[in-house]
Parts: sequence; C-alpha cells; structure tokens
Amino acid sequence: MSTITRAADEKVGRPKTEQHVPGEVGTWVFIFGDMTIFAILFVTYLYYRADDPKLFDASQKHLDQTYGAVNTLLLLLSSLLVATAVRAVRARKVQIVPWLIAGAFSCGLAFSGLKIAEWHEKVSHGLKPATNDFYMYYFVLTGLHWFHLIIGLFVLSFLFYLARKPEMSKRQFGFFEGGACFWHMVDLLWIVLFPLLYLVK
Amino acid sequence: MSTLTPLLKNRASIAWLFLILATLLSWRLGTDHGLSSDDDHRLVSSVIVLVAFVKIRLVGLYFMELRDSPLPLRLVFEGYCLVVCAAVLGTFLAS
Repeated sequence: MSTITRAADEKVGRPKTEQHVPGEVGTWVFIFGDMTIFAILFVTYLYYRADDPKLFDASQKHLDQTYGAVNTLLLLLSSLLVATAVRAVRARKVQIVPWLIAGAFSCGLAFSGLKIAEWHEKVSHGLKPATNDFYMYYFVLTGLHWFHLIIGLFVLSFLFYLARKPEMSKRQFGFFEGGACFWHMVDLLWIVLFPLLYLVK
Repeated sequence: MSTLTPLLKNRASIAWLFLILATLLSWRLGTDHGLSSDDDHRLVSSVIVLVAFVKIRLVGLYFMELRDSPLPLRLVFEGYCLVVCAAVLGTFLAS
C-alpha cells in the first residue's frame, strides 16, 4: 500500500543529508528545455535592442512598471504558497494544502487579469506588435510567458485535485513536486523578463 | 494559523523575504528618473540584471528545492544561472 502517510514518512524520515530529485527526471528535462528557449529569447531581445537602443528606451517609457512589479510580487507570493504546500504534504498537514494551492491559483489568475488589462491598455493606445521592434518583443515575450502561466494554472488545478484526496501515492506526490517546480519556473522566467522589458535601459 | 506557522519557519521563507526586498529595490532603481547620464543608466541596469539572476538562483535553490537535489541537477541549474547571466549582461553591455 502506497499512501500519503507512507510517502510522507519516507520524506520526513529521510536524513537531512540525503539528496532528492524533486518530481521526476523527465520534468527537469522539460523545465530546463523551456528555460533554455527563454534564455535564447532574452539574449535575442537584447541583441536587437543594441541595433536601436534609443527606440527601445523611448518605447519602454510607455510601459507602466507598476504592472510588472505588482505581477512579480503576485508570482513570488504564489511561489511561497506552493513551496509551503509541498512541505505541508510532507509534514502530513494535508488539510491546509488545498487552501495554499487555491491561494497560489488566485495569485496566478490576478497576474493574468493584470496582464490582459495591460495589453488592452497598450493596444487601445495604438501600441501593437507591428508598432516597432520593441513592441514586437514585448508582446511575443509577455505572450509566451502568459501561455506558460495558463498551463501553470491547469497544473495547479490538478495539484488542487491531488491535495483534496485523502491519500496521495508516492507517484502522485512526485507529480505534485514536479508541478510545483513548473509553477516556480513560471515565476523564475518572469523575474528575468520584468527587468529586461520594463527596467533595463 | 497554528498549522501554517511551523511550516513557514523555513529557509524558503527567508529567501522569499529577500526576493520581495530585491524586487522593491529593483523597481525603485529602475524607475528613478534622477539619473542623468547614459553611463548611470547602464550601471544601474547592470545591477538590476545581476539582482534578477541572484533572485532566480534563490527560486531554484529554495523553492524548487534544488539545494537538496543530487549534485548534477544542482550544477545544471547553477550553470544555467551563471551562463545566462553572463550572456545577458554581455549582450546588454556590448550595445
């Protein structure tokens, strides 16, 4: 029988020095693959910025840093909630886990709402992907990140479903950890995107 | 709250506090219009980029729990932070 108690026992019981791969190895191939694609996009963006820094800086002035910063704070809060949820499963404090995941989901939803409001504001001011290179990158990079965030919301929904089960198998806990790491990746990518698009000049 | 408090007494929560402070600092630095020369902007922007990569390292080590992962996985992540930070800063400063 493989239950949450046993999965938790194995985790809780492991010596502090014992190493552990969060989730599954396959999850990490996927996460690092995604992170590499974004790394290439970060450098590509700066490479094209170098062609016309004045245009990029002038276009950046029309962005509202508050959107970017509040969204960073929202994702950081959601990451703390998800990381705490993983520890709560391990510590067998299961009753609190759905609340933590629901809190993280709400932060993600708020991020998405702010992002859509921001895009709407830009487009209604005539700032579109076709406006110039800066806005092309702004929409592609934030759009690609938003797409990952939406996948992340589906992942969090599944974690919520797992969290409400009275028992979680070891395999399910592995998925729980892997899903949590995917959500942290959404946060991690935004931590770099925010300064590159909104602050660096 | 009695369930939550012991769970929050953790290195990840300390990392989180640092992440919030670093975000507020970068936001302040990045929106400060008191700077005059382009050189000042480049210096401040480089600091902001460095801070961002310190932040993602903390997310990896303490939220993704890579600090407790086998060495190869941790090294891939540390390598990513180092290489991408160097590439981003290099491309930015070359402009």
